[in-house]
Amino acid sequence: MQGFDRKQMAARVAEDIPEGWFVNLGIGIPTMIANYVPLEREVILHSENGILGMGPAPAPDKVDPWLVNAGKQAVTLRPGGSYFHHADSFAMIRGGHIDLCVLGAFEVAANGDIANWATSENDSAPAVGGAMDLGAGAKRLWVVMEHTTKDGGHKIVERCTYPLTTPGAVSRVYTNLGVLDVVQGKGFVVRDLAPGVSFEQIQAASGAKLHTN
Amino acid sequence: MINKIVQSMADAMAGIKDGSTVLIGGFGAVGQPDQLIEGLIEQGAKNLTCVANNAGNGRVGLARLMELGRVRKIICSFPRSAGSVVFEELYRQGKIELEIVPQGTMAERMRAAGAGVPAFFTATSVGTILANGKEQREFNGRAYVMEHALKADVALVEAWEGDRWGNLTYRSSGRNFNPVMAMAADMTIAQVSHIRALGEIVPENVHTPGIFVKRVLHIDRGPEWA
Repeated sequence: MQGFDRKQMAARVAEDIPEGWFVNLGIGIPTMIANYVPLEREVILHSENGILGMGPAPAPDKVDPWLVNAGKQAVTLRPGGSYFHHADSFAMIRGGHIDLCVLGAFEVAANGDIANWATSENDSAPAVGGAMDLGAGAKRLWVVMEHTTKDGGHKIVERCTYPLTTPGAVSRVYTNLGVLDVVQGKGFVVRDLAPGVSFEQIQAASGAKLHTN
Repeated sequence: MINKIVQSMADAMAGIKDGSTVLIGGFGAVGQPDQLIEGLIEQGAKNLTCVANNAGNGRVGLARLMELGRVRKIICSFPRSAGSVVFEELYRQGKIELEIVPQGTMAERMRAAGAGVPAFFTATSVGTILANGKEQREFNGRAYVMEHALKADVALVEAWEGDRWGNLTYRSSGRNFNPVMAMAADMTIAQVSHIRALGEIVPENVHTPGIFVKRVLHIDRGPEWA
């Protein structure tokens, strides 16, 4: 079984983002998606710490310590970009102005539930950040993640076992094995398979029933 | 003549009482008023409730304040990060209380406090353990959870420029929580990289009008942040 590597997963998500969308990218593989949206396709990246029109990482000698993304990494601002405070930034998120948010996850369930912030109700120190705001507020929530845990445990599940970030929010999942739509009332529908991956293989790696259409 | 510019850290920190709720601006290190936090350590107020997006890094600044046992409770969205060793030790030992708040809810709770709104409803956290015990209502067929305004005694903010009326500007992503924190506290203290003469900041470019600011202290942060 071949499948996508992390860069190919990010590139696969980028293919599906049309010009003109306002997009918030989470930490990890989601952040890498920005590298695969061609500059001539104008997608406006939002960063929760108060940036619209966020650009790529600067050259090492051009780092501005005042300008970081949600992961606290140095970034740049594209022409046309803007800065604003946190309440305005989250008004954009919570007010339904962001077209798409892409997050990583521990689990995604067949009913669209996402769990991505805590691994138990008694977590040693839970850290939610902006995930619940993005889950509840963005027009669309997509997830990009490895299809299973490192030891083969299921992340595509019938019902989440970890504390929820947002119920019923996820509409699409990109993994190393393929692309799944989450259809209300039905569950996971396989939209695309990664190179060299069969339906039987992606089903075997999933803890929920997958549909073909 | 109104002059909110103070000449020393001691003047900036004067009167902060034990038991205060203190808002601390910044997103990670950016826009975080490091020197004012050091000033608060020196000043000595204890039994504090601190509100900040993150729970400090290493053993300086907010982490140092916590390590010295001066913080009773922290309200934040993302306490756990690579360098949050002090918080994690104290939390594990049950020596600090944690209130975890979604980041947008945290910002809005302070904006609401500054705007005289006692509480509001949001869809964020509905259906999760962070909504447990909170009042919920339905509007137009969707469930929302009630969140209360978060008012404070003191806000420590970092700005780029300030003048003697307390008008502030911020530098790029250093703005983050600072303007809403400035609104939400009775006593907002700003450290600024540059003092400007009155009128020198273009009025259209003022980010935080001076009505929200009580004290301004000039801090030279050195060439890296210039």
